[in-house]
Amino acid sequence: MAKPRTLFEKIWDAHLVDVQEDGTCLLYIDRHLVHEVTSPQAFEGLKVAGRKVRRPELVLAVADHNVPTTDRSKGIADPESRIQVETLEANCRDFGVPYFPMDDIRQGVVHIVGPEQGFTLPGATIVCGDSHTSTHGAFGALAFGIGTSEVEHVLATQTLVQKPAKAMLIRVDGALPAGVGAKDIVLAVVGRIGTAGGTGFVVEFAGEAIQRLSMEGRMTVCNMTIEAGARAGLIAPDETTFAYLAGRPQAPKGATWEAAVSYWKTLKTDEGAHFDAEVVIDAASLVPMVTWGTSPEDVLPITASVPSPADFADENKRSAVERSLDYMGLTPGTPLREVKIDRVFIGSCTNGRIEDLRAAAALAKGRKVAAGVGAMVVPGSGLVKEQAEAEGLHEVFLAAGFEWREPGCSMCLAMNADRLEPGERCASTSNRNFEGRQGRGGRTHLVGPEMAVAAAVTGRLADVRELLK
Amino acid sequence: MDKFTVLTGVAAPLAIVNIDTDMLIPKQFLKTIKRTGLGKNLFDEMRYTQDGKEVADFVLNQPAWRQAKILVAGKNFGCGSSREHAPWALLDFGIRCVIAPSFADIFYNNCFKNGILPIALPQEQVDQLMDDARKGANAQMTIDLAAQTIKRPDGGTIAFDVDPFRKHCLLEGLDDIGLTLRKAAAIDGFEARLRQSMPWVG
Repeated sequence: MAKPRTLFEKIWDAHLVDVQEDGTCLLYIDRHLVHEVTSPQAFEGLKVAGRKVRRPELVLAVADHNVPTTDRSKGIADPESRIQVETLEANCRDFGVPYFPMDDIRQGVVHIVGPEQGFTLPGATIVCGDSHTSTHGAFGALAFGIGTSEVEHVLATQTLVQKPAKAMLIRVDGALPAGVGAKDIVLAVVGRIGTAGGTGFVVEFAGEAIQRLSMEGRMTVCNMTIEAGARAGLIAPDETTFAYLAGRPQAPKGATWEAAVSYWKTLKTDEGAHFDAEVVIDAASLVPMVTWGTSPEDVLPITASVPSPADFADENKRSAVERSLDYMGLTPGTPLREVKIDRVFIGSCTNGRIEDLRAAAALAKGRKVAAGVGAMVVPGSGLVKEQAEAEGLHEVFLAAGFEWREPGCSMCLAMNADRLEPGERCASTSNRNFEGRQGRGGRTHLVGPEMAVAAAVTGRLADVRELLK
Repeated sequence: MDKFTVLTGVAAPLAIVNIDTDMLIPKQFLKTIKRTGLGKNLFDEMRYTQDGKEVADFVLNQPAWRQAKILVAGKNFGCGSSREHAPWALLDFGIRCVIAPSFADIFYNNCFKNGILPIALPQEQVDQLMDDARKGANAQMTIDLAAQTIKRPDGGTIAFDVDPFRKHCLLEGLDDIGLTLRKAAAIDGFEARLRQSMPWVG
């Protein structure tokens, strides 16, 4: 009998073009997503070397990082941002790469667009010059972020030079309590294993709580796997996955669909397969989470208080905590629920999908954003925005005092005009709370979408469960 | 890509854990469509005040380390975004080697594509080199990739590990794409098989 394999090994083995004597592998890449920030130098490299894009039809390009989320009819005001988007458009034209322009309803954050279009498929290898490519692992695809040199390599050869990763299993057993969601699962995971805990690993998420998540919740979990250091997160495809994909524009159709599904059903870890590390989390023990520092691992239940550097045994971590607290303007011992906020951001590849907006709107309905708080909702794509408006969610947000914006990465990384001012404190559904991430001197607290609404309406970090009572 | 053989220079000490790529090169500098010119913005928000003045006590602004070719730092260096602008900024500044207890995967990979050598060592050895680096301009180190050694200012040496294939590519300054294109026939064959076995992939 064949050796039992993990889901990761099955996908890996199915994409091996070549293996060198030293174990270096040449891996075939099925899908390549491209955006404006990490691709110009790659296309330039191709031009200089006189190379073509090997399989342009396996590439999908969209501008997301630099695009304004306000009225776009006059284009992009910032000249550098405009040049970068125009460069992407020109490169796609020159190399025959499919591209969704800024005024296309399908435009949006690249990791929301791929799944929405059925470009993302189970069992596929998917790369993008963006670390949050791990999102697509929710479909049982091996998906990871790459640098610009590798973007050029994939464009030219449709392959990547890789060494196999180690495999980690993270099992989340049981059912989630009310008020606790996918974002809380992944924040708890990052807190548990640390921001380098997954370095060198591909993580497979399993267990009842993961299986019960919708596709969109699974994407939130896989999205932030990189925040635990692992380049890729994976969830075995199942009926939830197939139901999500059926009928998507680029998903297979007819007999090909049937053949694909029967193959996808084999994509699960075999009984007895070896994992190099295993972590078990009891879903019932989870509570809504919030970050307090400047690394995603600086995370605690909302019921906790700001920690003290003295709480940490490791000397390096202690000095990092001192630096974080100073940057964040927080005093040890302060209950997190007493920390006042200035801004709220709902959106990003982590939490900018329709279910996130539905959950946020359900809580915002009949409530008002607290005085002095600026809150914005940025849908993940034009199609998410259209769906939300068809359901009247935008009216709920506007009535509550939220701004309703055009799709893009927006204040997740503040490359466009959406950013925090120095010292401003933000409850954000994005993925990184690094120093300066949302604007120089800005202070980020990562939360799920309902927690963001709870913060918006109370004017402080708040426990969503109190509002759900 | 420039070859990496032997590097001698001053090392800048930066004893911070989890130095992320947003710190290395903040997003406002990612709007460039070039690889060059990012050195002046390396560590921008730590290196300059809001109005663009140098922060006097930041290590790369101090006379001893303005010409540093090596960086010694805390664990999980380069975590966060995949932006290759981070190694481009290091390279443009003149830093061709980073020594730390551990590195984030994507950054680590990106270094090798740009002629930068990331060296992971146990914390105690990094601590020793951090102390050496703090001595400043008179304390040069020599990194010998072929021999896989770091020569300390006092003459002692520390050995390091590196993947043999990556070492070979760095020593020779090899272009990855050129190497892969030599395997074009294997890629063609793989694609032909894929069209049969998984027609939905395309």
